[in-house]
Amino acid sequence: MPAAKPAYTVDTVTDLVQPHQVHRDVYTDPDVFRLEMKHLFANAWVFVGHDSQTPNKGDYYTTQIGDQPVIQVRHTNGEICVLYNRCPHKGTKIAIDRTGNTGKFFRCPYHAWSFKTDGCLLAIPLKKGYEGTGLDKTENGQGMKAVGAVRNYRGFIFARLADEGISFEDYFGASLSSLDNMVDRSPAGRLEVAGPPLRYMHQCNWKMLVENQTDTCHPMVAHESSAGTAVKIFEDMDWPEDKPKPMAMEIIAPFMSPYEFFENMGIRTWPNGHGHTGVHHSIHSDYSAIPGYLEQMVEAYGEDKAKEILGENRHNTVYFPNIMIKGPIQQLRNFIPLGPDKTLVESYIYRLVDAPDQLLARTAMYNRLINAPTSMVGHDDLEMYERAQEGLAADGMEWVNVQRLYEEGEDFDHEAVENGTTERQMRNQFNAWVKFMSPQPATDKAEAAE
Amino acid sequence: MSFPSRDDLIDFIYDEARMLDEGRFSEWLELWMPEGIYWMPLDYKQTDPDCVTSLLYEDQFMLRLRVERLNGARTFSQKPKSRCHHVIQRPFVDVMDAEANRYVTNTSMHYVETRLDDQFLLAITATHELCVEGGKIRIANKRVDLLNSDAAFGNIQLLP
Repeated sequence: MPAAKPAYTVDTVTDLVQPHQVHRDVYTDPDVFRLEMKHLFANAWVFVGHDSQTPNKGDYYTTQIGDQPVIQVRHTNGEICVLYNRCPHKGTKIAIDRTGNTGKFFRCPYHAWSFKTDGCLLAIPLKKGYEGTGLDKTENGQGMKAVGAVRNYRGFIFARLADEGISFEDYFGASLSSLDNMVDRSPAGRLEVAGPPLRYMHQCNWKMLVENQTDTCHPMVAHESSAGTAVKIFEDMDWPEDKPKPMAMEIIAPFMSPYEFFENMGIRTWPNGHGHTGVHHSIHSDYSAIPGYLEQMVEAYGEDKAKEILGENRHNTVYFPNIMIKGPIQQLRNFIPLGPDKTLVESYIYRLVDAPDQLLARTAMYNRLINAPTSMVGHDDLEMYERAQEGLAADGMEWVNVQRLYEEGEDFDHEAVENGTTERQMRNQFNAWVKFMSPQPATDKAEAAE
Repeated sequence: MSFPSRDDLIDFIYDEARMLDEGRFSEWLELWMPEGIYWMPLDYKQTDPDCVTSLLYEDQFMLRLRVERLNGARTFSQKPKSRCHHVIQRPFVDVMDAEANRYVTNTSMHYVETRLDDQFLLAITATHELCVEGGKIRIANKRVDLLNSDAAFGNIQLLP
């Protein structure tokens, strides 16, 4: 019997990434997954939720950062806190439902320990039983533990589990321009979550999904059955040229655009694994104008600024490690890792406050046509991921290629704009993957001291 | 037929389920009125189909696309093809308004879909709005509520 392969460690796991290829174990190995959860997802800034999901004091929402159960809650002072969803006593999850309102404090359903909505211990029944025991000197005696750092950026809540590390600004840098553009599209400069997310289970590694967000060489192939058929049916319909196309056609047909379209759209990469497709144009560029919207935007921002905001048509922006947003249609997909071969995708849509409902209706349509478990487009994507997850078991070849438009000596510490079919953004993500497997020097001391 | 009996309506629901189970999708499309919408809400007891995401909210263009895609040569997620199976409880006839040509049924079903080694079960309630057109019962609208609509699903590829 061959000797068992030694388990990966933080030091050896980074050998799995080379400039032009990655070892298949990054997608399949349980030890690699554990290291990602323990280190990568702790050192990076990870999306938690939107503040409109918890608009009132005591409102909470439960989710995960990597594999860590957390609660996003609106504290009594109006700020958003992110707490580990675990009673400091026996470990019981404090909140089990997805959303709710806890009032002024959390109360554990097991032994009624209670906590303020910033996590601080409020009361323990029969507290005299702990007198002189030293509970007050333990971590457990302090209350529910908060994550290392939280930032509310224009309504979007991000958290870093690690107590120390890179600051929010240093981590995201210029990539925040995509979030800005999404929010600026509201005449009020504000978004609100619209309904529950689509929840789509994938039996594949989370990174396959993230990589696919900037994979511009697959739509015309994998989605020929849906987008290609749509174009064909539409041609058969003898649709009058002066009549506006059905909204569904506007959404689905651009997936069949030729390679040239995607080459010319461009890809921009930013440091720390962020990047986006659609620098010059995108599949969202040619949507029909919604009556009244431009006027509202001009009134809110002035003509030049309004046109600048609406002139951006970024396609998919990946925020490393695990979300993608679509600015032009106010959509966010959260790729929640559940195991090396299991990922839950939650797809949210947002209302542009003060903008016409028709925009939100188009966004809702996009979400169900593309991101639902019932989506014809989603079906073929999931088929590809799951085939890849199974195919990677093949021992005949151990490396996965990410070499399209690769150049030796690529420098990911600088923003770059390249041909829209490059796999540079995937390489950028793996570069950041290696980086954030290790603790990063603290750059937010000043912030923490405030 | 200009005024269907209760049994006619109930038989129609059974026939539709059988048609889907036997994969006669093109025939199934012909059951629909041109303005008919197939709605599968995402939120339990959802009332707004427009500004909240649904699982499906599809007009005849989209349903036709779905059916043609199932037969396409490069429909990779249908290699091999899925199969489905409905077990239905006797439908309630909730509205029987011959004057308005409007009939509504409410049917509990267990829907099973399978492909390769995977099989899943959905408990659903289908609400059919029916009418009579050209002497035949047709579907004016259909709403399918999943008991666990807020759960995470893998691919649901056919039509419950």
